[in-house]
Amino acid sequence: MFDFSKISSWLHGFLTGYIPEWAAILTESVLVALAIITLYAVFAIVLIYMERKICAAFQCRLGPMRVGPWGTLQVFSDVFKMLTKEIINLRKTDMFLHNLAPFLVVSASMVTFACLPWNKGAHMIDFNVGVFFFLAISSVGVVGILLAGWSSNNKYSLIGAMRSGAQIISYELSIGMTMLAMICLTGTMSFSEICEQQAVEGWNIFRGHVPAVLAFIIYLIAGNAECNRGPFDLPESESELTAGYHTEYSGMHFGYYYLAEYLNLFICAGMASTIFLGGWAPLHIAGLEGFNHIMDLIPGAVWFLGKAFFVVFLLMWLRWTFPRLRIDQILSLEWKYLVPITMFNLVLMALLVSLGLTF
Amino acid sequence: MLPHPALNHQLTNIMTMETSNNNKHTEAQAQPAAAAKPAAPAAKPAVKPAPAPAAPLPPAENELKPVMLKPEEVYTHVADLYEKGFTFLECLTGMDWGTDAETGGLGVIYQLENPENGEKAVFQTLTHDRENPVLASITSFYDIANIYEREVYDFYGIRFVGHNDMRRIYLREDWIGYPMRKDDETEKFNPLRMTNEPLADETVGLKPADEAMKTLAYSEQKHRIFQPEEYVVNIGPQHPSTHGVLHFRVSLEGERIKKIDPVLGYIHRGVEKLNEQLTYPQTLALTDRLDYLGAMQNRHATCMVIEKAMRINVSDRVKVIRTIMDELQRIDSHILFFSCLAQDLGATTAFLYGFRDREKILDIFEETCGGRLILNYNTIGGVMADIHPNFQKRVSEFIPYMRKNIKEYYDIFVNNVIFRNRAIGVGVLSKEECISFGCTGGTGRAAGWSNDVRKRMPYAAYDRVEFNEVLHTEGDSYARTLVRLEEIMESLNIIEQLIDNIPEGNFQEKMKPIIKVPEGIYYSAVEGSRGEFGALLVSKGDKSPYRLHYRSTGLPLVAVMDHACRNNMIADLITIGGTLDYVVPDIDR
Amino acid sequence: MNNENYFAGLASGVKSLATGLKTTMREFFTKKITEQYPENRETLEMFDRFRGSLSMPHNENNQHKCVGCGICQMACPNDTIKVTSEFVTTEDGKKKKRLVKYEYNLGSCMFCQLCTRACPHGAIEFDQSYENAVFDRSKLIKVLNNEGSSVVEK
Repeated sequence: MFDFSKISSWLHGFLTGYIPEWAAILTESVLVALAIITLYAVFAIVLIYMERKICAAFQCRLGPMRVGPWGTLQVFSDVFKMLTKEIINLRKTDMFLHNLAPFLVVSASMVTFACLPWNKGAHMIDFNVGVFFFLAISSVGVVGILLAGWSSNNKYSLIGAMRSGAQIISYELSIGMTMLAMICLTGTMSFSEICEQQAVEGWNIFRGHVPAVLAFIIYLIAGNAECNRGPFDLPESESELTAGYHTEYSGMHFGYYYLAEYLNLFICAGMASTIFLGGWAPLHIAGLEGFNHIMDLIPGAVWFLGKAFFVVFLLMWLRWTFPRLRIDQILSLEWKYLVPITMFNLVLMALLVSLGLTF
Repeated sequence: MLPHPALNHQLTNIMTMETSNNNKHTEAQAQPAAAAKPAAPAAKPAVKPAPAPAAPLPPAENELKPVMLKPEEVYTHVADLYEKGFTFLECLTGMDWGTDAETGGLGVIYQLENPENGEKAVFQTLTHDRENPVLASITSFYDIANIYEREVYDFYGIRFVGHNDMRRIYLREDWIGYPMRKDDETEKFNPLRMTNEPLADETVGLKPADEAMKTLAYSEQKHRIFQPEEYVVNIGPQHPSTHGVLHFRVSLEGERIKKIDPVLGYIHRGVEKLNEQLTYPQTLALTDRLDYLGAMQNRHATCMVIEKAMRINVSDRVKVIRTIMDELQRIDSHILFFSCLAQDLGATTAFLYGFRDREKILDIFEETCGGRLILNYNTIGGVMADIHPNFQKRVSEFIPYMRKNIKEYYDIFVNNVIFRNRAIGVGVLSKEECISFGCTGGTGRAAGWSNDVRKRMPYAAYDRVEFNEVLHTEGDSYARTLVRLEEIMESLNIIEQLIDNIPEGNFQEKMKPIIKVPEGIYYSAVEGSRGEFGALLVSKGDKSPYRLHYRSTGLPLVAVMDHACRNNMIADLITIGGTLDYVVPDIDR
Repeated sequence: MNNENYFAGLASGVKSLATGLKTTMREFFTKKITEQYPENRETLEMFDRFRGSLSMPHNENNQHKCVGCGICQMACPNDTIKVTSEFVTTEDGKKKKRLVKYEYNLGSCMFCQLCTRACPHGAIEFDQSYENAVFDRSKLIKVLNNEGSSVVEK
């Protein structure tokens, strides 16, 4: 299996050969930041195109076909359009907060994005309480959403933001608890270690069997709700609140929300594949050495992206099938169904682990 | 013209229209004769609308002979009728009878119905005072009268004592004059105003001095619609789920709705006013533009009221074609109902499945009528063109296709637990409320009110087909959805019975170049896609109508929104609005 | 809420969700219904009763059937049609009406077919053109009779 740390250590050695170490680290940080931002933009474009095509296929349509072959350049032209649009300043709003909000949302999303393990040795942010860090930083986004709703001085925005706040804070509980159940299994909070472990011992979803599958499903539901995507898209439900908390945004400020929404979807899927589906770890079936060897030849990044996009597809399938829930139903789903089930699941997982019934 | 008070007591008897049984009988007799002689020239109008008064016309089956009451007697008369079970206010029409001191004045025609047995009561009232016309309000009996009386006030300036919200409804609040009055100089006082439309927070109520309304003395009372501290959100006029340019002012308490005030008239085009200047064939061009999802039925009703008033019998073929077209239109509308409801609730995919199937109906329409939305098909005395040679084949293919695809609607949306939770028990309207608000169609039937015009007063070919009136009793949003989907199946059954048995005959009766309707007041109704669509025609024997009023199917549905949404959540407003299924051009006219 | 309802509701809810997912997945693989206009412009045919815009057919000799009587103009509810005609003296000395200009405003036409129904000579009909968008409203006013055309002599 290819180890990306070889490249990074080579680069570090190369740089320290010419410049002092602090400068080398600074250069590397800048390079990593550039890599994050580039990947972020590229993935946003890929995801938007993917969503359009997949939703079209579910709806007996073709989706974008005009710009470029099979409409591949459609998203580029849309991004270009958004960049050229005017950012409108509104009267009677708190301009500072109004302008700050999209940056909070997009930066929270970017930092979370950096937590994803891309390949063996290719972790941008990795330390021993990685899961904690992920949970903490991903909830900064909700501050941006609340600020957006409040500072817009618009009733729709405010209702949307309040819904979003209630929803995201509730569903973080489920996400935390499902992750906790998996941490029970893995015994570590570092994403790199979680992946390493799965490369050796098999994917967590197989190791943890019943509770892990349950946790996986609940994670997908809660993750979908975290991203404010259908059927949980009621903070921005266009048929009630026009566009919810980002009604008053235009141009690239709106673009940031749009970007963050899609990237949050990817992050949610990426996290699901890291924790449950082995991250960059290839699929191994005990006893089939030849098969395992072939699987090892596929690079880790391909494994990771393949799994992540598979989960993205699942989430899109959900989104384009179901109607939207109502705010009280979303909360009762969380508090009456998901929270009890995750609690039970956590206990079950702890029991299984302590009794040695996991693989 | 006003009856003597002594006579009045005898005159207040109930004018009953021909019962549905009677109706069926006469039509059934007429039809075999026409079917037997397909080659025969079109059955002539029984009697020409003769200029010579000597030749008496046979009675028109849809003629109304409203009893004239004094304004002071209306309230007690209505109270009396209400006691007897006339709890459904079918239609309330404002009238301007001219400036003549004896017969002229501003009046109202009332049409009441007993929902239990279909008995009708029709009467009218009139005030000679054109400066400050005042009549008695019947809002204390019929909830729907509230909005109907506002309409009359808006167009005729008649103020109703006992009504507590005398605001304009369709026109701007700064409009000057009352445009439907025959002597109104609309254009002189109302230039195109470039200022924003004012929207008052205050309204005037007319409190009667005497509760029993023996006299029409009143005192004006101002009151606020919304208190200053209320959190009022505007849903519309541009909003994705108002299905048109409709405006609700919604007072919220958190996510809960405290009160809704509908603001109408954003696409008011003055169709009824236009009708007074157009010839009869020209008025038909506007009917397709009322409820665009009931274009066939609207035009059917208008053609029917004119034909029956002229004592013309259309051929059997026309009756069957009209029936099939009406039912196709109903399926079209109900599919769109499903689609838009799904879209409003966030199920975009279900929305497109509906549109996929609706396309087939639109193709059928386009092939025969030349239009997809504005169909322009019915004419006075027939239809525009005979059915296209492919029509029967296409329709026969469509029936099994639709029966198969409707299962998908249930799978993806209607049976879905999320939708069930959002719709069951939401926006419950009881049968009594539906009747009081005049919510006919699927909304009423979902509450158990059997109000189908096709059964109540059969017209066209409905008396010769077997179909069930879909009834549910829950009256909630879910029942309203089920009623519509089940009606699609019933409509398919009706079409299936008729499509291979279209009798031979003329598709258009010979008409005179200039169509004139004998003097009288006529009313015909059809079952539109979302309720009873009626056309009330007042003719003075000219080539254009003196008054052609439409009983809008959507107006009661908007009027009931406030009642249905109170104490529900803002997301329920979307569900309730979607399941009530109103179409705005039909409301605003 | 009793336990039985809780679990039964959960099970039936999950089942209904699964049915929905199955339905969309089936549609994912079915043939798509998008019509790719304008790519299919060549093959796209309107139904022959489709009402595109009013037209006055001319035969190969540049002759139409309109006698300039103006009935269509009177039938129109929107004043869409303006017929200009003149009186000419024929060879045998009779005075006869002749069409000079037949103006039709597509912008205010509502396709009610009253003109075509009123026409006693079948001179006007709706064609199947459907690409009627123009950049200037004045272009919507069309003259239907060709330059130098005359009426068919019977």
